[in-house]
Amino acid sequence: MKTISRMHWAGTGIAAAALLWAATGCETVNQITGAVADAAAGAGVITKDQAESTKRVGTAVTKTFQDITPEQEYYIGRTVAATVLTGYQPKDAKALNEYLNTVGQTLAQFSGRPETFGGYHFLTLDSDEINAFAAPGGLILVTRGLLKCCQTEDELASVLAHEIGHVEKLHGLRAIRTGRLNSALTILAVEAGKNLAGEQLAEVTKAFDESINDITGTLMNSGYSRKLEYEADAAAIEILKKAGYEAGALVAMLENMAKGWDSSRHDFAATHPPPTDRIAQLQKLGIASTTASANSRQQRFLAATKAL
Amino acid sequence: MKKWILMCCAALVATGAWAAKEMSVQVRDGQLRNRASFLGTVTGTVAYGDRVTVNQTQAGWCEVTIAGKTGWIHESALTPKRVVVGSGTDDARIGASGEEVALAGKGFSKEVEAEYKKQNAKLDYTWVDWMGKQTVPAEQLVQFLKQGDLAQ
Repeated sequence: MKTISRMHWAGTGIAAAALLWAATGCETVNQITGAVADAAAGAGVITKDQAESTKRVGTAVTKTFQDITPEQEYYIGRTVAATVLTGYQPKDAKALNEYLNTVGQTLAQFSGRPETFGGYHFLTLDSDEINAFAAPGGLILVTRGLLKCCQTEDELASVLAHEIGHVEKLHGLRAIRTGRLNSALTILAVEAGKNLAGEQLAEVTKAFDESINDITGTLMNSGYSRKLEYEADAAAIEILKKAGYEAGALVAMLENMAKGWDSSRHDFAATHPPPTDRIAQLQKLGIASTTASANSRQQRFLAATKAL
Repeated sequence: MKKWILMCCAALVATGAWAAKEMSVQVRDGQLRNRASFLGTVTGTVAYGDRVTVNQTQAGWCEVTIAGKTGWIHESALTPKRVVVGSGTDDARIGASGEEVALAGKGFSKEVEAEYKKQNAKLDYTWVDWMGKQTVPAEQLVQFLKQGDLAQ
């Protein structure tokens, strides 16, 4: 009878922890898991060693991309962008890049995540390839080739809004493999009040290196899943609508892209679903192609993109 | 029954539901506006780690007060965690045992970026630094929207 009572108590605690997890997220459940483990050990349901083990597992499973602070995301993004720039030359065109930043930073304000640690910033890459890279935290690089797929400011906005969607939804950070962050973020918690010693700095830097490789490997080689690409497209549609752009411009841009699509190429074609698939997905959302754009927008678009 | 009441109390404390609605700024430079929109006029600034009191929320925006000034800021600029800037403080020591704080300048940080650069000499951050400086003033963005017949 006593055992049943203990079991009931521990079971109640675990159920409460599960409910709290659903309600409040991983961090709280981490504390609760520890409390429940202690309680279960106190009630004799599990041993002290088992309780410690439970707490360690509870800690380990929470070290995911969600535990990365915006400041840490910022530093990851800087190195991801620097790595992308080892393979591409920037296009040193002041007016074009200023225009890109004005359109992009305007769009970002209408996203679900207008504020990142260092803000959203944009740069043209001097390449005929059709490609774009959204580094975590908001550093977005777009090739000349992709910008040439755009015939209006609205279409250019659709390209940038898609990349902002990747940042908003933390897609880059999600590419970091499970387990990469456990040791680094645990060292961080333990050594909170100190500067990192040599060995610890080496371990955190190793985790940093692995995380960068995971992200750049995804951005430059394997690509995100179709699900995440469609998610970025859906985010782009929301941003375009809120900002007052034509949402159908994304479909029009994809139609332009489809004309030169070669699935054997090692650029966007290697890392993105075919534009026809993305168009079909957008049509399901009721988005129809449009090349319309206000005259005031078209004039400034043509003036700024002369450098292309 | 008593157990359940105690458990519920513990849960409320753990979730911060009874705590004063205080949040920290989690971006490097934040701006306060006179209304719950990016189109509102900028009335002040807040810095990374600043602690603000949230008075009310509206569609993703928070009206906050700090040092006597009140304004609106988007929720993505705020975190319920206490952001600890600098090391060796009491809060930093709390961070060693709990997870209710975010530690500024720790983990993947400037220090780690410098170490990583040493190991990867071919990485050049010149253009990355350049990008970081390309910030279009808020008033200019509002003007850009207006000129382009976009959201007002």
